[in-house]
Amino acid sequence: MKSQSYAFSTNAQKALLDTQLQRALNKAGSGFIDKRRAALDALPEFEALRDRARAIKEHTLSHLDEYLVHFEQQVVANGGQVHWARTPAEAANLVVDLCRAANAQHVTKGKTMVGEEIGVNEALQQAGITPIETDLGEYIIQLADEPPSHIIAPAIHKTREQITALFKQHHARYGLTKPLETVPEIVNEARQVMRQEFLQADVGITGANLLIAETGSTVLVTNEGNGDLTASLPRVHIVIASIEKVVPTLEDATVILRLLARSATGQEITSYTSFFSGSKRDTDLDGPEAFHVVLVDNGRTEMLGNEYHPMLRCIHCGACLNHCPVYSAIGGHAYGWVYPGPMGSVLTPLMIGLQQAPDLPQASSLCGRCAEVCPMSIPLPELLRQHRFKLHAQHSAPLLTRLTLGAWAWLARRPAIYRWIMNMISRVLHHLSRKHGRLRRLPFASPWTRSRDFPAPQGETFMSAWAKKSRQEGGDK
Amino acid sequence: MRIGLFATCLVDLVRPSVGFATVKLLQQAGCEVEVPLAQTCCGQPAYNNGDRHNAASLARQVIDTFYQYDYIVVPSGSCGGMIKVHYPELFKDDPDYHAKATNLASRCFELTSFLVDVLKVDALTVSYEGKLTYHDSCSSLREWGIKQQPRQLLHNLGGCQFMEMANTESCCGFGGTFCMKYPAVSTRMANDKIASIQASGADTLVAADLGCLLNLAGRIKRLGLPIKVFHVAEVLADMAQGPGIGEDEST
Repeated sequence: MKSQSYAFSTNAQKALLDTQLQRALNKAGSGFIDKRRAALDALPEFEALRDRARAIKEHTLSHLDEYLVHFEQQVVANGGQVHWARTPAEAANLVVDLCRAANAQHVTKGKTMVGEEIGVNEALQQAGITPIETDLGEYIIQLADEPPSHIIAPAIHKTREQITALFKQHHARYGLTKPLETVPEIVNEARQVMRQEFLQADVGITGANLLIAETGSTVLVTNEGNGDLTASLPRVHIVIASIEKVVPTLEDATVILRLLARSATGQEITSYTSFFSGSKRDTDLDGPEAFHVVLVDNGRTEMLGNEYHPMLRCIHCGACLNHCPVYSAIGGHAYGWVYPGPMGSVLTPLMIGLQQAPDLPQASSLCGRCAEVCPMSIPLPELLRQHRFKLHAQHSAPLLTRLTLGAWAWLARRPAIYRWIMNMISRVLHHLSRKHGRLRRLPFASPWTRSRDFPAPQGETFMSAWAKKSRQEGGDK
Repeated sequence: MRIGLFATCLVDLVRPSVGFATVKLLQQAGCEVEVPLAQTCCGQPAYNNGDRHNAASLARQVIDTFYQYDYIVVPSGSCGGMIKVHYPELFKDDPDYHAKATNLASRCFELTSFLVDVLKVDALTVSYEGKLTYHDSCSSLREWGIKQQPRQLLHNLGGCQFMEMANTESCCGFGGTFCMKYPAVSTRMANDKIASIQASGADTLVAADLGCLLNLAGRIKRLGLPIKVFHVAEVLADMAQGPGIGEDEST
């Protein structure tokens, strides 16, 4: 996927003015937040689970090589194959090659954000294969020819009217004539068309929420069940997964699964939690003849042990997006690449380069709510700050910002001059306010005063007034 | 008990009355309060903009200035949080200052938490005529875990009705330099917060961080809304009779 992250500021501005988007975001409102809260209130052991999950992930990451090799051995023992990809291009090419080798005419696909990361749709299309998205949200944005705007609710930026219009436009060729009024009608329409695709698919591509080393299984959580049809009906099942998804045992997987659905949608467990363990056995009634796992690195081994290491604990639940006031205001597309919100603002610069996404780490008030709700206790604001340290070292902030901050620091290290200058500023601004208590305009502060008044200083700094008061009291004695 | 008051740069420049209110509250509770001259900025703007060097140099100044006191009290969760949470991180490679920073962090308190948790103030014999709502700053809430302390003090005010607003956990959009870098997003966040304030039915907004208060008062005044805005110290010290933040001095 081509990145637009360098244009974040412009796109964020546009997003705020996009009435359809704002309607959709408004409609979504605090739904995820309220449901998560209710789910956690019913789970007194949440904090204990969180600690366990973190320990499991940290243990796994410190033995990542061993667990990945063990995972591969078990996949092979189950009759499957593991393919290792260092870069997005390598991964996408592997998937294309597997589809070609299977002589695939029809490909169904769903539930893989890592697939977005490696640009698998574009690669397949270039090879003449158009995969059909089978997750309803992903299907809708495929019709709209847009990337997902949320990692678990890809079409959350669309209003129902927009979705109805998309079906009207694209499903006329399947005989759709009347507009779809209700959600069940939309779902039914998608189901009719998708059912055919499921039955004729040669290859099904899915993502994975977890990989289990002990059993060689890949785990997929969904609410529609289409992921299972994508995985089980075609001759070939290809799983695209990033390497940090592995956990040692089934037991470990259950700990993370208990946190995942609650943090994501507020469900105790998703409607479907499926474990795919290899190809069809002789005694199985159905299942794919071939089972492939494409393991994607894309910079993750580099993160092992460096300052961004905690990010590898991420289970992609989306809680940080749902609770982020910036994400809620502008939606996911403004972030310009695959992963939006706080986790995206940490990951995107690591995956496409900090210079390609210099605004993302800055576009946060560092309010810390993301870290508070993160089931894996990832210190997201600290990681954003790590990016800011690097950006500062590269002198990439605008000159005026750097000069202002530099001048401020220079002045603040000289308390006597600082006190004098601050007192002058206080007097001048108070004078300019003409006792109205506020200023509607301020030199060099138009970003503030365009939408806000600036409360006027009271006429003398605290330090100056305090010194006077102390002198008076000293004199009185 | 000798207290070093760190007034913060925003209080110093824009709202000295918060400094005096803080001194009054501490003295009433029997503390000896000093305001060391060498205080300027805690270094947070530099730190959050990635400038560790300048942040550390200002942090050293704060540490050297306040180390002598029993406690350092700050009428701001944000500047206080910088000292308590981030100074130790800032000096992780400087053993001498790391030890000092950690020591000072353990003696650093946000005002309302200091009153309730250290000085064990239950209630103040003060009244405020009006319907109050309280905005939690993100740093007080999440870096300090302060939620009940200011409410306990405000609940016991005479003549006043406390109206809890919805979405108390969400940010007002200030975020230090964030509000200057992303003014439109910041303003949108302020609008959401102000909508919650209005829905609560309160006529007065109180908070413990001047950054949030300047942002919200600035937006409230621009929108022409009849909501008074005070720092919590001003209300608790019975110094909220005059004009609120951003309000005309003649009213």
